[in-house]
Amino acid sequence: MQGNQAIAEGAIYAGARFYAGYPITPSSEIAEECSKKLPKLGGVYIQMEDEIASIAAVIGASLAGAKSFTATSGPGFSLMQENLGLAVMGEVPCVVVDVQRAGPSTGLATRPAQSDIMQIRWGRHGDQSVIALCPASVRECFTLTVTAFNFAERYRVPVVLMPDEIVGHMRENVEVPAPGELEVVDRKRPSGSPADYKPFKADEDGVAPLAAYGGEYVFHVSSSMHGLDGYSNNDPANAAWRVRQLHEKIDRHRDEIVLTKSFDTDDMDVLLVTLGATTRSGRAAAIEARRQGVRAGVLQLQTVWPFPDREVAELGRRAKMVVVPEMNYSGQVAGEVRKAVGPDMDLRRVNRYNGTIITPQDILAVMLGAR
Amino acid sequence: MAHATGTKYLKGGILPHMWCSGCGIGTMLGALLRAFEELGYTTTDTVVVTGIGCTGKADDYMITNALHTTHGRALAYATGIKAYNPKLNVVAIMGDGDGVTIGGNHFIHACRRNIDLTAIILNNFNFGMTGGQVSGTTPPQRYTSTTAYGNPERDFDICALAESAGANYVARCTPYHGWEMKENMKEALTKKGFSVVEVVSPCPTHFGRHNEMKETPDMLHWLRDRAIAVEEYRRLPETERAERLAIGTLVSRDVPDFNTQYELVKARAQKG
Repeated sequence: MQGNQAIAEGAIYAGARFYAGYPITPSSEIAEECSKKLPKLGGVYIQMEDEIASIAAVIGASLAGAKSFTATSGPGFSLMQENLGLAVMGEVPCVVVDVQRAGPSTGLATRPAQSDIMQIRWGRHGDQSVIALCPASVRECFTLTVTAFNFAERYRVPVVLMPDEIVGHMRENVEVPAPGELEVVDRKRPSGSPADYKPFKADEDGVAPLAAYGGEYVFHVSSSMHGLDGYSNNDPANAAWRVRQLHEKIDRHRDEIVLTKSFDTDDMDVLLVTLGATTRSGRAAAIEARRQGVRAGVLQLQTVWPFPDREVAELGRRAKMVVVPEMNYSGQVAGEVRKAVGPDMDLRRVNRYNGTIITPQDILAVMLGAR
Repeated sequence: MAHATGTKYLKGGILPHMWCSGCGIGTMLGALLRAFEELGYTTTDTVVVTGIGCTGKADDYMITNALHTTHGRALAYATGIKAYNPKLNVVAIMGDGDGVTIGGNHFIHACRRNIDLTAIILNNFNFGMTGGQVSGTTPPQRYTSTTAYGNPERDFDICALAESAGANYVARCTPYHGWEMKENMKEALTKKGFSVVEVVSPCPTHFGRHNEMKETPDMLHWLRDRAIAVEEYRRLPETERAERLAIGTLVSRDVPDFNTQYELVKARAQKG
């Protein structure tokens, strides 16, 4: 199965029944797969006029009760930013897949990159926070898509799944999980009197139950600053509460959201911090390094946002050197790793930004070279 | 039957509204809510979707389900709602900025898709909320706060655009003709497929002030004097049409809507 196909299958497994999108390389297989599968399942596939409309329709459908999603790549992801901000502000569960390709602008449309990392976190105006997950294999394309929907539903937040083009187009054998094998989470529904329902009144866990348009609970959702009832509210105290709540509901569940995998980190001197396709080169490099007598281990970031800073810091304390391979020029992950490991760590970057994969040899050369 | 007032859909304790005296938005909202009442709409089965601008504030006064969205995108959000739940009455309320300027692409595609929504577009020829700047419906050589020496561009005819892009129902109204507006809104709401009601409206604060209609009623009188029932309009010689505004039902047809067509797609998928 192909990575993109596994994402579509994972979404359907998670209960997604609405897809709105606009074709773009290298994500289009997700749309094609959904257009074949969703009508069979009674769901909706709709091709919108652009990516702005796609994410808008996804948000509208989610508020009508659907688990909904879209898939795109850099240029389309840029177009989605403003409306993605509404999903944050209105606390609307949804999933956006950004199959990362090389930019800037149209860039190299068919070639991979990992250069949207900061855009995913900060691409929208205003103070906000989202969750982002990054698969490194076709199996993870499936499982992390399910996780993405679960997080979206549980925390009422948009979740970005951010495979690079390599993983999106990679083909591997995957055993598709049986129904019930993976946990599937549905959003909390209100249970009290409809007259008392407040769509932004959080429970103890920091997340408010969400009704669906068309049911007995009538509700307002607004892109403007709003109060508990969803109606516009310009009061400074209310605004402060809203912004804080949007961050806190993620911050307080940080440990449930941050997912990482460690390989050979028990006895290591060199820590590689990887995500997506560079995990594969990183693991090959670590194995080869050990063969040459250098004890290397790998920390794979499955969750990229919120950034796994504590996990990086903890392993970093046991390492003499940290190496961060990533397919961008600017070291978007390395900057976050630097914050976690401190200014004195021997932190080495391995960057490629020409639309080709970082090889194990690239990593070994930096890891084994002089400082 | 007592006259419908529409007040049962109004949020209590929020009046008076924010719109300027002489503005047509309040009259538009009143006509829409009366139409809701006469059609027996409930707060649970109705979703109002708004964009940004003076008209985009309309949802603040209503107690139906509502989604207040980003500038120009109301129709795209509404499309997602209606495509997923065809049972809902989905109404997008927009200004000319939302509807056909920043949102022009969504507008023509909603018409083409013929999705069963009602789009109310209040056209006051300028961007009221941001201080009266030029919009896609400002007539040529008119003055706004950003066309101090006249508008060099042409304006969109919203109704002609809707008709050519494929909407099933198109009507034009003015706040001077409140009862007719309510009747057109009822037709739009009940018509299966994409419906457009253009409400040509005064904006005395901005557009009127810049265009020699300074007093509050001036623009309303301007609309009154120009408006003519579409049936009469069509009998006018071509030379007399330019200064007149055809009001009433301009288009009413029954091309299958998106959801009906999608049911065929689903049936084919499920058979195979």
